[in-house]
Formats: sequence, C-alpha cells, structure tokens
Amino acid sequence: MAEAFIYDAVRTPRGKGKKDGSLHEITPLQLASQVMSAIPERLNIDKGEVEDVAFGCVSPVGEQGAVITRTAILDAGFPIQTSGIQVNRFCGSGLEASNIAAAKVMSGECEIAMGGGVESMSRVPMGSDGGAMISDPQASFDAYFVPQGISADLIATKYGFSRDDVDAYAVESHKRASKAWEEGRFDKSILPVKDVMGVDVLAKDETIRPSTDMQALGALNPSFAMLGQNFGFNDVAQLKYPEVEKINHVHHAGNSSGIVDGASALLFGNKAAGERLDIKPRARIVSMASIGSEPTIMLTGPEVAAQKALKTAGMDAKDIDLYELNEAFAAVVLRFMQALDVDHSIMNVNGGAIAMGHPLGATGAMILGTMVDELERADKETALVTLCIGGGMGIATIIERI
Amino acid sequence: MTDYTTFSVDLDSDGIALLKIDVPNQGMNVIDDNLMKDLPAFIDEFVTNDDYKGLVIASGRDNAFMAGADLRMLEQQSGDLNKDAFEAGMTLNRAFRKLETGGHTDRQIQREGKKAKPVAVALEGLALGGGLELALAGHYRVAADSPKVKLGLPEVLVGLLPGGGGTQRIPRLAGLQNAAQMITTGANLDVKKAKAQNIINEIVEPGKTIEAATAWVKDNLGGTLQPWDVKGFKVPGGAGAMNPKAVQFFSAANAMALAKSKDNFPAIKAIMSCLYEGTQLPMTKAVEVETKYFLTLFADPVAQNMIRTLFVNKQAAEKGAGRPKDIAPVEIKKVGVLGAGLMGSGIAHVTAKAGLEVVSLDRTDEEAQKSVAYTKKILDKRVKRGKMTQEKADAFLARITPTSNYDDLKDVDLIIEAVFERPDVKADVIKKTEAVIREDVIFASNTSTLPIGGLAKNSKRPENFIGLHFFSPVERMPLLEIIPHEGTGDKALAAAFDYNRKIKKTPIVVKDVRGFFTNQVFPPYITEAVLMLMEGVKPALIENSALNLGLPIGPFAVADDTTLKLGYDVMKSTKEELGDAYKPSGTEDFYALMIEKVDRQGRRFGAGFYNYAEDGKRLNFWEGFSDHYPELNVQPSQAEVQQRLMYSQLIPTARTYDEGVVFDPQSADLGAIFGWGFPAWTGGPMSYIDTIGLPAFVATADMLAQRHGERFNPPQSFRDMADKGEALYGGEAKAYTKGALNRMLEADVVKIANSMGIAASVDDLKAATVAKILSAQAGKQAA
Repeated sequence: MAEAFIYDAVRTPRGKGKKDGSLHEITPLQLASQVMSAIPERLNIDKGEVEDVAFGCVSPVGEQGAVITRTAILDAGFPIQTSGIQVNRFCGSGLEASNIAAAKVMSGECEIAMGGGVESMSRVPMGSDGGAMISDPQASFDAYFVPQGISADLIATKYGFSRDDVDAYAVESHKRASKAWEEGRFDKSILPVKDVMGVDVLAKDETIRPSTDMQALGALNPSFAMLGQNFGFNDVAQLKYPEVEKINHVHHAGNSSGIVDGASALLFGNKAAGERLDIKPRARIVSMASIGSEPTIMLTGPEVAAQKALKTAGMDAKDIDLYELNEAFAAVVLRFMQALDVDHSIMNVNGGAIAMGHPLGATGAMILGTMVDELERADKETALVTLCIGGGMGIATIIERI
Repeated sequence: MTDYTTFSVDLDSDGIALLKIDVPNQGMNVIDDNLMKDLPAFIDEFVTNDDYKGLVIASGRDNAFMAGADLRMLEQQSGDLNKDAFEAGMTLNRAFRKLETGGHTDRQIQREGKKAKPVAVALEGLALGGGLELALAGHYRVAADSPKVKLGLPEVLVGLLPGGGGTQRIPRLAGLQNAAQMITTGANLDVKKAKAQNIINEIVEPGKTIEAATAWVKDNLGGTLQPWDVKGFKVPGGAGAMNPKAVQFFSAANAMALAKSKDNFPAIKAIMSCLYEGTQLPMTKAVEVETKYFLTLFADPVAQNMIRTLFVNKQAAEKGAGRPKDIAPVEIKKVGVLGAGLMGSGIAHVTAKAGLEVVSLDRTDEEAQKSVAYTKKILDKRVKRGKMTQEKADAFLARITPTSNYDDLKDVDLIIEAVFERPDVKADVIKKTEAVIREDVIFASNTSTLPIGGLAKNSKRPENFIGLHFFSPVERMPLLEIIPHEGTGDKALAAAFDYNRKIKKTPIVVKDVRGFFTNQVFPPYITEAVLMLMEGVKPALIENSALNLGLPIGPFAVADDTTLKLGYDVMKSTKEELGDAYKPSGTEDFYALMIEKVDRQGRRFGAGFYNYAEDGKRLNFWEGFSDHYPELNVQPSQAEVQQRLMYSQLIPTARTYDEGVVFDPQSADLGAIFGWGFPAWTGGPMSYIDTIGLPAFVATADMLAQRHGERFNPPQSFRDMADKGEALYGGEAKAYTKGALNRMLEADVVKIANSMGIAASVDDLKAATVAKILSAQAGKQAA
C-alpha cells in the first residue's frame, strides 16, 4: 500500500458564529472555495492535479446542501474533472474527510487528493438537518439519546471533574490560544477570508478572550441544567448510568466549544506525485481509526479511537509527542487525559475550540493542520489528533513529521 | 335494513339516521364482539344505501357514550404478527375510515371532489378509548356541558395504545403536544379542555346534544370532509421530520416519555412512534401503521400481563371474587372507627368519602377531634383548588362524628379498630365496644403486626372478628388486606367485601400469619438493598436500579419515609418474640449504626439514608456510608443489582404462595402491585415468573442462592411446577418475544437460553443472547 503524505494545510480564521460575526456575510460556498483554491495556488501546482476532494460538513442542508464540495470545486476554478464528496461524521467530519483523502492516496485510487471541511454555523444553524436520532422514537428510545451537553456533564460527574476543574481548563485554553497567536504559531496555515471585493474581512480567530479568568467563568450559569431537569434527559442518562446520584451540570458557554464559522483544507499525495510536482511532504499519515462507543455518554470515543490508532501503528500512548483533542467540552479533554494518562503539557498546546471555536465540519481538518505546523515548530516527531463525535463515536489520526 | 343487536337506527324524513348505541349485557357501552360485528356492517350500509343522507351517533344509555373496548375481548388476542392478524386488526380502523370518507378512496376525494355523508356525534357522558375514537371518526362532535362528559384514551394504562385511529385523529385536531400528553398518560379531558383542543366542536346544554348534532348534519347534507382530507391540511403546530418545531418536540417528548416509563412500557414508545410516523402519512396509511404498532403490543407480554392483573383480576377482586357467594349483602351505613391516630383518621376519611356515616372514637374528645382535622385538611385543599364545592366539603365533614363515648357506637353496622398496637389496649377496646354494639356487627382490626386469631380471643363473638389491613396513607394506598382468622365466619368475610365495595379499594384475602402478605414480602426487599449497601455498592446505583426496574420509589427513600426506626423496632420486637428461632437478616448492625450511633432514624427525624432540608425536602445521600462500609472499587452492573432487588421480592412472594398466605397468583400480583408498587409492567411477581418461565425462575434463584445466600432458595413446589412444565396461571408457554427478553433481567435471559440448550453466560452481551434465543425459537417453529 502506498504511503500518504500531507503536503500542505490551510485554514480560515474562525469567526463568531452569530449575526454579528465577521464571517456571517461570507457564504459557506465562499469559505470552502477560498481554502480549496489556496493550496494549489500556494504550492504553485495546477488545480487539475487534485483528483478528488472530500470536505466535511455537519449540517448539509440549505446552502451547505447538495454536495457543497463539488459546488465549491466549480466555484474555485478547478477543472471539471476534479470530483467532490461531502462527508458527515458529525464533529469528526473534517478529520474523516482528511482520512478519506489520505486513504484514496494509500489505496492508489488517487495520486493527489484534498481533505478538509466547512461550516458556517451562523448561516446554517446546528441541527438544521434534524435527524432520526433525535426525533424518531424508535431511535431515541433505543439509544437513550441525550443532548451532548448532558453527556459532557455526565462525563464530568462520572469521572469526578468539578466546576473548578473544567473552568480552569477553559482558562488555560484561552491563554494558550492567545499565546499561540502572539508567537505566530498559526501563521503558516492561516488564510484570511476575503469578501466579494477581495478585501480581507477576517485574519484572526475572533472568539479568544486572553483575559478570561476563573472569576469571569464562575459567573456563568450552567447551560444544560434546565434541559436535563425539565425535559427528562438527566433521568434518561441515569437509566444507563444508575451509579450517578445526580448529574452535576458544570458546562456552560465558557468551557464548551464556541459556535463559529470557518473552513480548512489539506493536500494529500503519494511520494511520486510530490516528486513529480516538486512539492515537499511535511508529514506522513501513520495510522487512522474510527470507532463507535456508548451513545448516551457519547463523548468518550476519543480514548477508544486513539487506542485503536496506536495499536494499528504499533505504538504506545507514551510514544506520542503531541496530542490534539477537539475541545468540544472541557470534561471531554480532562477525561481523555485521565484515561490515557496524558499530561496537559502535551495536550492541545496551542489552545482549542473552547477559545477559538468549533466550526463543526471543518474542525477535524483544522486541528490536523495545526499539528503539522506545531510538529515543525516544536521540532517534535509524532502527533495524535482526535475528536469526540455525536451518536457515540470517535476518530483519530496519527501523523509523523517528515 | 339489517337487524343490529348493539344499537338502534331510526331514519327521519330528511334521511338523517339516529344511531343509538345500547350494548346488551354490559354495564356500560363497550366495544365487544357484537358491536365489532354490527358497527362495520352498519357503516357499509350507511355509505352505500342512498336512503341515508346523514347520521347522528348517540348513546342509548344514561351512564356513558361508550367506555372503550371490552378488555376481556382484547385479552384473547393471539399476538400473531402476520397479514391475517393485520387484516383482522384493521376492522375498526377500516370501518371508521369508511365512515369519515363516505366510502370514497383518497384519490376520489382529491381528484374527483367526492365528499362524505355528514356524521355528527352527540356526547352526553363518558367517551373513552374506542368510544372516543368512534366519535373522532365523525365529522362533528357535540358535547353536553356536564361534568359527566369525560373524554380520554386510557389504553396506555393497560399497556396498549388506542388502536382505532386515536393516535392519528387526536394530533390532527389538537396538535402533537396535546396528543402526546393525552395518549401517553391516559388522562381524561373535560368538555372545556376538549373544546379548547379542538377535539369537540360544540358544547350545548345537557339533553340537547342530539338536537344540535342533527341540526349540523342537516346543514351539511351536501357532503363534508374531515379537515385532514381537505387539500393543504397541516397538523396544528406542525409535524414531520422536516419541521424544526416537530423535531424539537419529539426530542424532548421522547426523553420525557422515556424518563417517566423507564423504557418498561412498550406502549409508550409505540404511541410516540404512531404520533411521529403517522402524522407524516395520509390518514389511510396512518391508521395502518397504527394498527401494526397496536398488534406488536399484543405480541409482547407486558400488555397481556397488565390487562390480566390491572384490569381483569383487579375488577374481579373489587367485585368480590373472594366473597362467600351465599351470604346476603351486608347493609353498612354507619361505621365505628376506633382510634383517631394516623391510620384511624385515614380510615374514617375513606369511609366518609364513600358516603357512610362515621363515628370516630378515641380516649378523649380532643383526641377524637384529630380525625375531623385530618379530613378537613384534605378537603380544604380540594376546595381551594376548585376540585370540590364548599357545600360538598361541609357535608363530607359532617359525616364524621368524633366522640370519646362508647355509647355512640350503639347503632353502627361495622367496627374498624385502629388503636395502639398493644394486645392489652386492643383487648380493652374490644371488650368496651362489644358491650354496646349489636350482636350481628362485624368487628375488624387494622392491626399490622398482631395475629388476628390472638385478638379474636378477646372477643365474645370471634366468628364476627376479622382483620382489615389498610396501608398508610389510607386515602392514597389502594390495597386492602382482608384477614379472616381460623374462626371467622362467612358473614364477617362477606361484610368485609361489602364494605370494601363502598370504599373502592383493591382487596385480597390473606391468611392470618405474622406480616400477612405484604409485610412478609416487602421487608426482604429493603433488606437486600441494605445488604448491598453494606457490601460496598453505591447507594445511588441501588436506588436508581430499583427506579429503573419500575418501582415508584427507591428502597432507601421508602425506608426513610417509613423511618428506619420502625424497621429497627420491628426487628427488635420480632427478635424478642421469637427468641432463638429468630433468623438474623444480616442488617442488624446497619440498623444499630443508623439508629444508635449516627442518629439517622428516617425522614421524620430529619436524617436517614438521605439528608433532608429543614422543610423535609429530600436532598442527597448521606456521605458517611463509605466510612463504615467502604465502596467497592469495581461496582456491580445494574443488571446484577436489579436481579437481587427483583428476586428479593419474587422469592418471598413465591414462598407466601407456597405456604398458602395468599390463595392464588392473582392475589399475590394484586397485593404486590397495589401494596408496595411492584413494577406494574410485569403484571406482578407471579406474572413475571410465568413470563420468564418457571425453569428460568428456579435456575436464576438457585444461582443467586449460591452467590448470596439461602434466602434466594425457591420453594420446592415451584421446583416441582418447573419440572412438570406447569405455569402459575396455567395455559401454554408462549414463545419469547424480543421486547419481552430485552425487558427481562439479564440472568433470566441467560437461564432461558441455557434451558434451550444454548451456551450463554452473563458475561456475554445480553443482546447476543437474546438473538440466539430468538433464532433458536424461529428454527423450532420452522421445524
């Protein structure tokens, strides 16, 4: 089987996912189109070299519907022969799309393929696509479905993370993100978003609050207490987790991932294609894994996915230099570190979605790119990128710097 | 015109037929086999015969329009799931659909503009279940402005769903939220609410509904359609997987239904699915989907167990199945209640509520007054909430006469004694009372701890002496244990039943032994919970496992409510009384710790298993357990906890039946469900044992006995029945369904598999074992 290399990675800054967000005026088509064309232009290769493009998108309806990837390919000036697929594995979509692109290279289907993702949460709100999982009684009764926030609070309760623990984690996320920007750690891959006139509308992540402290976070009310208590979700969770006496609602807007707009892309190729096009590989895909996990607690999949990816690679958790786990909720990361005995000093070193936001379909590819940059900057060898996923799933990818 | 036995049909000069339902041999109109034949036949005739121009449906009875389906008929349902069963199951839905479409197809209505002959329904009384569904198939409903008119779909209460279009027409009239509320709870609506929810169209004075219905039909003789058959119809408030409001509704409503039912009632899930799927379909298809879900409920033992215990057996018990047949009804108009404590006051309350006169006696007038205060407090609340008029409350209260004078008992028809639980006190009261009452008056004791036979020794007329064991709080607890001692005469037993018919409790007859029935079975269950706690199982795991099993309240919460002190006192007195014969439960140290060392005696004392707020509100569990009983590092699974909690109720129930404390499985099931809230979805402990099968019951019990002690040993007679392939309720063993297996304890599923020769253990995935059983059964059927 061929090896897949990452040749380049870009991402947009993340704009606040509301009506007053800087990217609200930018269509998801534009977000996707801009990151998609940026890579061939940066690498100075013909767009036609990209044979297939896989983009994650979690709410693929409305202007994100009808295979946004193919639409963007045509908009971005790719030749007609470049095909596109839209991928949905909830929050893991961007990484899944990247893994698909890598797999296409490894299988020999493609020499060059692109992975990435897009989500304009301000324009196509989360949940716009409905879904049997939450509405069809046959599904929600069987799976004991609860909203993710309840699952996150359940993780905190079950594994003993207090409100202070999760808030402290959030404060650190903002600090790290802020420092990363100050030191220009994201510079390599940040692609400012342009409006119809070609003028930059956003060049930096919009939701970081460097001054956030425990006191500020302490003033926020838990977001999921009412939902859990008044609509039966706490009881549903306790049907499966009877050992939990009372769900401790610790998560709120300040220690959960932010709602933002953004897009990202990575270019994958085999060795020969790189040599032919005279482009330099930056990282190698070591292993990839996707798993299903218990759907009520829902967000504990990353530890299982990580272990599977490690096993495939013949590695141990200690062999990884840098971990990147999407900060969907603070407790998700705290639990992962507890389960795999990972030190905070090598986890999410440049902050994460609590500070910078989580543009659902794009995040997986964004943080994969972040790790490519960081391995080079910090002169490290291996990184493991993972995300928790709705419906009880997990995804992980291990990369090695070239 | 064909002859119908269940209704009359009169045609007026305008061609408007008046159909008056009067189902013979039934207390109220119900859908029975006869009506099931007549109604579709008439509807065929109505839509095809041009002499009929319109129709008014009314009741020929005073007491109700129609009270639903005859559950005895439904109890006979085969549970088959195939095309024939579907065709048979569609009988009513097809007839109702024909009535509302005039027999036209959807295509004829939409493309050719066909309309239906107008059908209006006149409601002067109860319209429940199938009765309401018939009314909903009419185009216009007129109800009398009367509290007698109650509309509801109570099928869920016996594990069913309204299978005559109820799950489809209600949401199309009232919206999804109202429909889910009404159909998943089985609650009734009064006229005003029903009008507000669009379920009825017009309210008129009582007695005028037929007139108003006829007028509407006359105005619409040109033809009419149901709103959902008119192009462009939308479910009020929205429906469908593409409607964000509906998606949001289902997301929350599914969770709320699941949280309430703990996934133990397949009907609730089926109802939600009928609402979800059906409202996305045209009516003709929607009622087919409803019928399919309806039939799946008969394939699952929950509905049949619930119908048997909660309806058929309950009603039989309440009608006096255990009453001696040849004794004339005992006239009871005035009851003497001795003692005005908590129990005496409660008994006085329910007796006065039944319209009987009560003489409430205690040592002093002041003490006796307490029973009046007790009832007044309850009535004041009802008046304040607008549930009762002040006049009615005053009349109610006036029926209770407090006194300290035994002479006031001279003209009572029944005595119920609820004085302090001491033999000498009781003996004194018996003597004083018998000195003034008539010789034929029955004397009942509400003792919960003293043998009735022992107390009867103090009576001059032991044949008139009987036990009537109420539960606290009397006005809320539905069970009554009737305890004849060896010398009790038939008349006393008959009187107990006749009194019970007035106060409307669910009675079971129980042998005169210590603890009677419920107090023998319930304490071992609490003991089991405490033993697990002592082993280091988290209290929340135990409590939630019980709740998830379907108990209405966890063992620790209920132990706090009845107080640990009571448990401790009973333990001590039993020990004293039995001496060397006392068998320790293993929880003695625990109670000693809680009562004597850490002073946590129960809710009333401000602390128990739980911490309590000043106002008595239950807070979190006491944090100190683990200091005395360290928590296990590896906690047992919910399945393990549940099987111990379940079998700690099943085994003592089996033992009491084996020992003749209850005389039949019916009484044990009723006593368990109504006495302490044994999970209703099982139909009771005996029904549960029958559902898993006696061999599986014995095998699981043996396994538990081996692991946890001889208290789990099943009685020999149960082993014998298992060996002989018998069932407690008789009848043939049915194939296990997926739903039934999923709801069973994991251990039971494993034992069932083992008994079929399938290798399985509790370490396997339960779903995998279930799949193996189902495929083995399918193979057997094919062979």
